[in-house]
Order: sequence, then C-alpha cells, then structure tokens
Amino acid sequence: MSSEHSKESIQEHIRVYLMVFGALGVLTVITVLASFLDVSTSEGIFLALIIASVKASLVAGYFMHLISEKSMIISILLLTVFFFFVMIFLPLISYIDHSSI
Amino acid sequence: MEIPYSIKEREDTGLINSKLGIWIFLASEIMLFGGLFSAYIFLRIAAPPGDFDYWASKLSVPMATVNTMVLISSSVSMVMAWASLKLNDFSKYKIYLGITILCSAIFMVIKYFEYTSKFSHDIFPSSSTFMAIYFTLTGLHGLHILGGVFVMLYFYLPVSHKLWHDQPEHFTNRIEVLGLYWHFVDLVWIFLFPVLYLL
Repeated sequence: MSSEHSKESIQEHIRVYLMVFGALGVLTVITVLASFLDVSTSEGIFLALIIASVKASLVAGYFMHLISEKSMIISILLLTVFFFFVMIFLPLISYIDHSSI
Repeated sequence: MEIPYSIKEREDTGLINSKLGIWIFLASEIMLFGGLFSAYIFLRIAAPPGDFDYWASKLSVPMATVNTMVLISSSVSMVMAWASLKLNDFSKYKIYLGITILCSAIFMVIKYFEYTSKFSHDIFPSSSTFMAIYFTLTGLHGLHILGGVFVMLYFYLPVSHKLWHDQPEHFTNRIEVLGLYWHFVDLVWIFLFPVLYLL
C-alpha cells in the first residue's frame, strides 16, 4: 500500500478483504463445478484460465494492494508480463512453424 | 548500521527499499514459474492424446480443493495480520499470523498425504511426463511454502518482537513485504490447481 492510512481506512480495507475472501471461495467452487461441464478441452481450458485470472486479479489487486500501488511497481510488472508472454509465445511460434513444414 | 529507506520512502522510486526489492524478486519468480508453465503447455501439446487426462485423473481433486481453500484463508489471515499492526493491535497480529502458519502447515500435511498416496501406488515423477511436471511444479511450490513458513515463524516468535517495540513502522513494513511474498505463493497455486487437477 503506497500511502499512509487512518484507522477508518484500514477498517474499510478489512471489510474489502473479507468480501474478496468470500469471492475467492465462491470462484474456487465455480472452478471445480465448471470442470464437470460437458465442453471441449479447449473450452474447458479457456473457462478455467478465465476464472483463475479473475481470482489472481483479486489477490493481486486487493491483498497485494496493486490497485493503489506506485507506478514504479506497475512498470516493473508490465515489463515482467511482456517478457512472460515472449517466453510463452516464442516457442509456440517455433512449434507452429515446425508443424507446418 | 541503519538500513536506509526502510521506513521513509525514497524520493526517486517513491517506495521503501524492501518493497521495491520484493517486487523485483517476485518478477523473477513470475519468470521462474512462467518457464515451468510454458514447459507444461509444450509437454501437453506433444503428449499422446489422452495421456495427460489419464494421469491427471489419478490426482485427488477434493484434496486439492481443500488445499486451495486453506491457502486462500492463509492469504486473508496474512493481510489481516498486517492490518492489525496498522491498527496498533499486536495481539491480534499474533493471532492472525498464527492462523496463517497453521493454514500453511495444514497445506503441507495434505500435500504430504497426496504425495505418499501416489508413491504407495508406485506413481513417481519417472512414471510419466505429466507426473514429472506435476511433481516439479507442486514440489517447487511446496518449497516456497516452506520458505515462507520459516520467515513467518521468525516473525511469530519473540526474537523478532524487539523491532516492534523499537520501530513499529519498520516491523509493519517487514510484515507487508512478507505478505506480498505469501500472496504470490497463493497466486501461483490459483493457477496450478486448475491446470494440474482439473484440465
């Protein structure tokens, strides 16, 4: 958290943490239930990763305070995300290229 | 020796040094786990059809679901421990940190039963490609849990409490940094759970 907080604002944060906790619990149950849906593998992967991304956003945004964090940290993370996708997709492009030969 | 910018934020970064340090560390952790997730994707693409589904069906979804809830609970109690320090309530901080340590212990015990159940059925990392990546990912994650528990125990035991009495703000910042690490460990599990157990 990037700035000083009064007792009232901390109390407000605690209320938000408990709401996020509830949301994470519900989303975990939805993740398990979604795995029983009669959908194709790719649809299943898409659905599971969407739910996981929402849960991860809640944890990063509220528990890790990214929602109100300084631009320096956001810049570091954006750079990391860029290289993360480069790491994932470069081999994928190579794989597709080899498959098409 | 006084550690610089442990309480006051640096003018150029706008952050205390420890927070900048942990975020850079977490960035490297994203790349570490990202590399393994990438490996999972390519191993799955290259695997014979149905192979990953067959081996994944040998994992216990109920155990992993309970572990997910346990880890989420530990994340909440961790952030509540930090909030308690912000409210100047050290006794509540100890309760919440104690809950976090307890949750991480439960997580590891469940993981122990999961692993031993696989071993008792002659399932090892060498059994299949899926099991190799499963043990690698969950093993590395488990090591991160263990590392976090050791640091949490340090902050739970009286040995660290002198800092709270001398410099409460410094102590609170340390707990915030510990919390950032712990939430990251939770975040990794949020992706490991569906990828390994449900897909």
